[in-house]
Amino acid sequence: MSITAFIIISLIKSVAVVFVLLTAVAYSVWLERKVSAHIQNRWGPTRVGPFGLLQPLADGVKFIFKEDLTQPYVYKPLYIAAPIIAVVFAISSIAVIPFGTWVTVGPWGTTFMQITDLNIGLLVVLGITSMGVYGVALAGWASNSKYSLLGGLRASAQMISYEVSLGLSLVGVLIMSGSLSLREIVDAQGGRFWGFIPRWNIFHGQTIAFFIYLISAYAETNRTPFDLPEAESELVAGYHTEYSAMKFAMFFMAEYANMVTVACLATLLFLGGWHGPIFGPPILQALMPVFWFCLKVFFFMFLYVWVRWTLPRFRYDQLMAFGWKVLLPLAVANIVVTALIVALRAQYPGFLSFL
Amino acid sequence: MNIPLSYYLLLSGFLFVCGVAGFLIKRNIITIFMSIELMLNGVNLSFVAFAAQWHSLSGQIFVFFVMVVAAAEAAVGLAIIIAVYRTRETLNVDQVNLLKL
Amino acid sequence: MLHLILFLFFGAVCVAGAVNLLVQSHPINSALSLIAVMAALAGEYLLLGAEFVAAVQVIVYAGAIMVLFVITIMLLNAGKEERTKGSRVAILLGVPGLLIGAVLVAWTLLFRSNTTMVAIGAEPGSPKAIARLLFHDFLLPFEVTSVLILIAIMGAVVLASRPEAVAKTAGERSETTPELVGAGRNRG
Repeated sequence: MSITAFIIISLIKSVAVVFVLLTAVAYSVWLERKVSAHIQNRWGPTRVGPFGLLQPLADGVKFIFKEDLTQPYVYKPLYIAAPIIAVVFAISSIAVIPFGTWVTVGPWGTTFMQITDLNIGLLVVLGITSMGVYGVALAGWASNSKYSLLGGLRASAQMISYEVSLGLSLVGVLIMSGSLSLREIVDAQGGRFWGFIPRWNIFHGQTIAFFIYLISAYAETNRTPFDLPEAESELVAGYHTEYSAMKFAMFFMAEYANMVTVACLATLLFLGGWHGPIFGPPILQALMPVFWFCLKVFFFMFLYVWVRWTLPRFRYDQLMAFGWKVLLPLAVANIVVTALIVALRAQYPGFLSFL
Repeated sequence: MNIPLSYYLLLSGFLFVCGVAGFLIKRNIITIFMSIELMLNGVNLSFVAFAAQWHSLSGQIFVFFVMVVAAAEAAVGLAIIIAVYRTRETLNVDQVNLLKL
Repeated sequence: MLHLILFLFFGAVCVAGAVNLLVQSHPINSALSLIAVMAALAGEYLLLGAEFVAAVQVIVYAGAIMVLFVITIMLLNAGKEERTKGSRVAILLGVPGLLIGAVLVAWTLLFRSNTTMVAIGAEPGSPKAIARLLFHDFLLPFEVTSVLILIAIMGAVVLASRPEAVAKTAGERSETTPELVGAGRNRG
């Protein structure tokens, strides 16, 4: 397609995807409040709109109108920049996430359901996750108070520790798909084996890697059971103690956007992305992949909330010991075993072909 | 369009010189360390630029090794800085001038 | 054209970050400008086609090593550095000397060196190609650097730990590492 058509379509895709992501972030807050309420045997938001569905709107209005205090003793440039950094890096990684297959855009050509497909897409997501640590660390430091500093230090140390096992747990998937491009990883998970089990990576040998990834992702996004850096009973509010109104809302959004990104990655790499039964008229067939993708991401968000309100929180030294002494060796062992099986299968075709 | 490779080498040289200047001028030991990292980054750019000119991927492989060495050096160097700070309570290299306190 | 514009953009960010590192007095500002330099350098690597190196630069250098620096600066919390008295001779001789040296080096690089023109993305460094080289021709340096990282980890843990903690754990065992225990005794 021509260069102007490409630019315009990319702009439209970017705007649409970011809009959908921000709406998803707002409604994941709603999901959390409703699910946590039902787990705790109460109702949650019910008054603002049917089933409390307009509650995120009310929350947004509240955050905008709240008084935006800026304490005199903070280090102003970083105090203002830290939530911006957190939000920018949390939202950026949606740029390489594919939602579906090809779609024909009128007379101008076909395009992916993805803002851009890089052939190092997975590394880009990991890199953006690594840069997101700065939002937390700088927020803790710029707030110039001891609770924030300790919370920021602990949070950033936790995040960089679990990034290692996060990345290593994905290497098994990479060995099996042979590419870093997210679209090709999903394409390698099409089809079924034994007739009815879909060839998703979670069934195809990366089950342990899936659980390592899930646990590392929970720690990476600072969610229970790993949320000591922002636990209310431990450190007042950790690195966002001194923030109010819109800046706090930005940290909030950044946390949920990170959760959505992690859920998207988990569906793409382990649950087969947009693969699922496709049926119906052609217009429905074009949208069914997106529907399956959204369903799987919703399942992960639900899992996040479910785990948060079920498990107690780890102490900090237990957390770090678990990340370095248990998850990292397990992830490395997973890489070794996967590489061994793939290499042996390449050498002797038919080796363990029932797997 | 093609641009001459010497532009990349100029940029790399400028980064290296800034690193050397920071190493010589600055008094805070952490800033001196960061100038060393800047020097290593300048050298990395040179490696990648020459890999592009001679169409040999070895230049890019060397960047990995430089990064690994820089990571190891940063870890040990920062540990030394923390140990020095613990005893001398200062990060100013001018004041770390006695072998025994 | 696009190559030149992108090169100048990333180059300007690199230069500004490097100069800012020298000019700033608080180490946290220097650290942030160094992060900007590294991110812009990742852009430069992409212009030269080294996509995997650019990604690793962001993940390892800007996302892990610099986080270590920032965490150390936050932990030690030393504050702005004091100005030392400059030397007038150094400025009188140094600045013109530096300028002359810079002009000489730039002229040599631009007009007398054996370099060619490079296209955008000149040497595509895909992960497959790099892996093929890294694990076949460069296997020995790869293994040696992994041992180097292991040594660095152990060294950093020992150097940064509190001497009382080291003395306690060494004393619980049977005096196997007298120098570590000795370091603790001298301190406390």
